[in-house]
Amino acid sequence: MRSQVRRIHVFIFIAILMSVSASFLGAQTHLLNVSYDPTREFYEEYNQLFQKHWKATTGQDVVINQSHGGSGKQARAVIDGLEADVVTLALAYDIDAIAQNGGLLDKDWQSKLPNNSTPYTSTIVFLVRKGNPRGIRDWDDLIRPGVKVVTPNPKTSGGARWNYLAAWGYALRTSGNNEQGARDYMKKLFANVPVLDSGARGSTTTFVQRGVGDVLIAWENEALLALKEFGPDRFEIVVPSATILAEPPVAVVDKVAQRHGTEKVARAYLEYLYSPEAQELAAKYYYRPRLKPVADKYASVFPKVNTFTVVEGCGGWQNAQAKHFTDGGTFDQIYEK
Amino acid sequence: MPTKKANKSWSLVTRSSPLPGFRLSIGFTMTYLAVIVLIPLAAIIQHGARLGFGAFLHTVTAPRVLASYRVTLGCAAVAALLSALFGMLLAWVLARYSFPGKRIVDAIVDLPFALPTAVAGISLTALYAENGWIGRFLEPHGIHVAFTPIGIVMAMSFVGFPFVVRSVQPVLEDLDPAMEEAAASLGANVWQRFLRVIVPVAFPALLTGTALAFARAAGEYGSVIFIAGNMPMKTEITALLIVTKLEEYDYSGAAAIAGAMLALSFTIMLAVNLLHWWVQRREGKRV
Repeated sequence: MRSQVRRIHVFIFIAILMSVSASFLGAQTHLLNVSYDPTREFYEEYNQLFQKHWKATTGQDVVINQSHGGSGKQARAVIDGLEADVVTLALAYDIDAIAQNGGLLDKDWQSKLPNNSTPYTSTIVFLVRKGNPRGIRDWDDLIRPGVKVVTPNPKTSGGARWNYLAAWGYALRTSGNNEQGARDYMKKLFANVPVLDSGARGSTTTFVQRGVGDVLIAWENEALLALKEFGPDRFEIVVPSATILAEPPVAVVDKVAQRHGTEKVARAYLEYLYSPEAQELAAKYYYRPRLKPVADKYASVFPKVNTFTVVEGCGGWQNAQAKHFTDGGTFDQIYEK
Repeated sequence: MPTKKANKSWSLVTRSSPLPGFRLSIGFTMTYLAVIVLIPLAAIIQHGARLGFGAFLHTVTAPRVLASYRVTLGCAAVAALLSALFGMLLAWVLARYSFPGKRIVDAIVDLPFALPTAVAGISLTALYAENGWIGRFLEPHGIHVAFTPIGIVMAMSFVGFPFVVRSVQPVLEDLDPAMEEAAASLGANVWQRFLRVIVPVAFPALLTGTALAFARAAGEYGSVIFIAGNMPMKTEITALLIVTKLEEYDYSGAAAIAGAMLALSFTIMLAVNLLHWWVQRREGKRV
């Protein structure tokens, strides 16, 4: 009994020692990157790259922690007090929300880094089963009767909002900017959707593992990853005639970085994403690099696509959100009788 | 986890008790209850109240939200009834018979308590999807389980039935065989013994277990979300709509739906408790 009490004392002592030393180590720079789900592997490798770069240029060590989850959920966590120095999310709307609800960064955050603060891009493509048995070539093929389309719910998945806007943008263009025409297209499209998963990975699983559906609407990086994981003998990628340029943006959370005294390193962390080394890494994880030479080098991986941006397709995220994804927006109207 | 029922314990609270420490323990209990349960619930109501009455009513009675109550509570009710039936059977088998591997079966009953519900949902979906081990035999007969309400019921039953087993089992184990023997010696046949001796004793526990299974099912998110298919108006559960509202940064709307769901569940649980109380009083009179 006595020795047990002593053991507990020793244990408590060690615990105190550890927490004290941990707070001293805190003097070393820590950076928290709050990101969305599919970037986990990319940032794991990028963090090592940046640590080396930072050590080489400033001589300082930096410890980078990552947090991943659904884009919207992550933004809410930051609003509710998760101490993120930088955010790297799936869509600008979520970072806008942090600027509006918490005031943690400036409203014009997107103009602070090159290319709309988007160091890498992606696009929306179709993943079909090997041999493309339903002959799917373009968006119009998705609304043929009997074709089953898998895509996540755009109201719960930030990634899926890009899918939705890609389809909307295409429909709007082909119907000569006739909104009613676009609405009709979307109605037919979602009538062909048998399962609405709550996230993008969920939809990939439904399509790939459960064998549901003829075509998966997916981010190109997810589609290429699925191809690599499950073999090109089972699936192939179809690039539609026009699609959206998906821009997952990054930003320094100013107020938090100021509090932590990490503004400089946080900014460098994001700027270094535009370096040739980081761009190579992005390409390796199937994000389209912005840097021309790197993009040229990987041209065989990323087929040429005809894209439009969110601004061109639907006048920016605030408009898109208000029009399509709020209560009673075009997505809700699809399911109303 | 529910173990033995202690129905008489609360009468200690009202009567002055020879046991010391009543004030201290009730103080601790109330504080704990407030911190763990009441304050979070109050926060929900406070958040929801920000909407104002009109907007609140509009949010909680939107067609999609109403449809989601139907799906959630309907599937939870079916799942609770299934759990009651098969949970009672399992409790009976575990309490009355001995067979090799009984302890393992007994331990398996607790698994759904411990397993992360998302794991349960993913496994059930893998099994019952078109190309799953079970699904591939059902699909040709036109029976769709995954991505339909049947799938939701399956997931809800999975998380719910241990509550029934663990509520009923101890009661059956405590049931004195002498009572049945007495009934038999007085000429009761097997059904009469079951209905007149066993059921009255086990019924309150069964009711408790079923109510718990229902409550658990109504609040379930993790396992259901994978198998439901989440089609608006058809297989969309209320918890998903709450998440949807949060994705829109509509905290008040989410809290409003949560509050409405809370009120509905509370009403149902209250009704079950009243039934419980009524059954016990009736049984009490008969003895």
